[in-house]
Amino acid sequence: MISLRELRIHGRGGQGSVTAAELIAVAAFAGGVYSQAFPAFGVERRGAPVQAFVRFDDKKIRLRSQVYDPDYIIVQDSTLISDVNVFQGVRDGGIVIVNTEKPLRAPVPPGVKVITLDATSIALKNLSVPITNTTLMGAFAAASGEIDLGALEKAIRGRFTGEMAEKNVAAAREAYARVKEVA
Amino acid sequence: MMEIMEGSHAVANAVRMCRPQVIAAYPITPQTHIVEALAEMVADCRLDAEYITVESEFSALSACLGASAAGSRVYSATTSQGLALMFEVCFNTAGLRLPVVMSIVNRALGAPLSIWNDQQDSIALRDSGWLQFYAEDNQEATDLHYVAYRVAEDRRVLLPAFVCFDGYILSHTYEPVEMLTEEQVDRYLPKYRPVHRLDSADPISIGLFASPDYYTEFRYQIDQAVKGSMQVIREAGRQFGEMFGRDYASPVEEYRMDDADCAIVAMGSICGTAKDAIDEMRKEGRKAGLLRIRTFRPFPAEEVRKALSGVSSVAVLDKNISLGSKGAVALEVRDALYGSGVPVLDYIIALGGRDVAKKDIKSVVDMAAAGKGDLFYGLREEVLR
Repeated sequence: MISLRELRIHGRGGQGSVTAAELIAVAAFAGGVYSQAFPAFGVERRGAPVQAFVRFDDKKIRLRSQVYDPDYIIVQDSTLISDVNVFQGVRDGGIVIVNTEKPLRAPVPPGVKVITLDATSIALKNLSVPITNTTLMGAFAAASGEIDLGALEKAIRGRFTGEMAEKNVAAAREAYARVKEVA
Repeated sequence: MMEIMEGSHAVANAVRMCRPQVIAAYPITPQTHIVEALAEMVADCRLDAEYITVESEFSALSACLGASAAGSRVYSATTSQGLALMFEVCFNTAGLRLPVVMSIVNRALGAPLSIWNDQQDSIALRDSGWLQFYAEDNQEATDLHYVAYRVAEDRRVLLPAFVCFDGYILSHTYEPVEMLTEEQVDRYLPKYRPVHRLDSADPISIGLFASPDYYTEFRYQIDQAVKGSMQVIREAGRQFGEMFGRDYASPVEEYRMDDADCAIVAMGSICGTAKDAIDEMRKEGRKAGLLRIRTFRPFPAEEVRKALSGVSSVAVLDKNISLGSKGAVALEVRDALYGSGVPVLDYIIALGGRDVAKKDIKSVVDMAAAGKGDLFYGLREEVLR
């Protein structure tokens, strides 16, 4: 029985992938599991492909390598799919959440569940900016069950303040509800 | 209470509770989050310290040296090129027997420029007289700061100390850490009471020159102090364990070494990945173990000899290279095992941020079993042509 679960987030510099990883880890820890979040630091330019990782386990996490066989993948920007093999190493039975307004045309590995979501529209509606990290966190909470929506809202409010926090919470909630409908 | 936070912020909080009176630092990736957090704490009056903004790392440590000589508890943090720029002041701080504590957020040295992790920076200062501690995780990265101040300021030691932890891999990782409270830290770490200090009302001179008649004796005494600090580290580490449950009395940690055939020796965060790899190898019936070096200066030769005397091979993972020779840890381990007949093989690994997975640890163990070692692990083919 493998208790370790791993998430890999693909995004572009400026989309808040590292923040997403951190807040997911905070919410998971609040839910009583050990968690670890870290970025794959590279060229930290806006628009460049970036990755961030989260691990969840029932016991203390010692492993420090990057995530090669994720149980979960979040793709913040579907234009990455032509540049980066976002599905690389995904486990059988894994869940992949892709931000896209169109059906996914890329070949999906067998045994993998893909959830597509127009996170950009949800983010634009709630935040007036196309920054999708908090929206996709809500989708991840619904799709994976690794984190509780309440804990996620608390983590978001711990990072942002005032109106900004509430707008991000609203975006996460909307995505959560949307994914719960299709799941 | 366990809290989840970024490694840099956990360390900054630990440093705050150590109550440094003077902080001088220059921001450099990946150390920046620590000194930013401390600057904020000083600005918000959550930390009563003089925060000196300086124009370089040379000035940062020079300011620390002066403030320590004047009798203050001082702190700095740096990495890589920043530490390289402190080279001269590092030797002076140790020679003047000033108990400065500095976080080293380990990073590779240029050229070529690399912002990523290895341990070349602190290893390059191994001969400077600073004590060197290496943390495996963020819990240790915080705890070792309390221990470092206790040891450095002990009258039997009076030496500066590096608390080293891997850049990004620990500094930028969110994970649960059990933070002590201010009251707990105050009970463990008493106020600094300098033996001598620069005071205009009662002037003394420190740091004058030594003629050939005396220089050797100074060096001897510094060496004796570094070696003698081991006893103080044991005491301070044991007391930490008694008070807070995490025991740092031993300068090494043995992991599944009891019946180990092949022993991996390493320092820092790579040891976590090694432990997971060892558990998997054990399930496959392979008797691998880990000897983790937590204190590199003073070097725990006696503990290393004891732990490794029964094994059939030793694989040292060095995140550094003494160019033209070997990795620094392997050289120490070989010296400690001299005459024992135990083969020590060196693997230069994880330089400049190259990731290490469990499979890499396993292939090192395979190579050691086959007697293949003293090499750079995972080299690209094109450089071998």
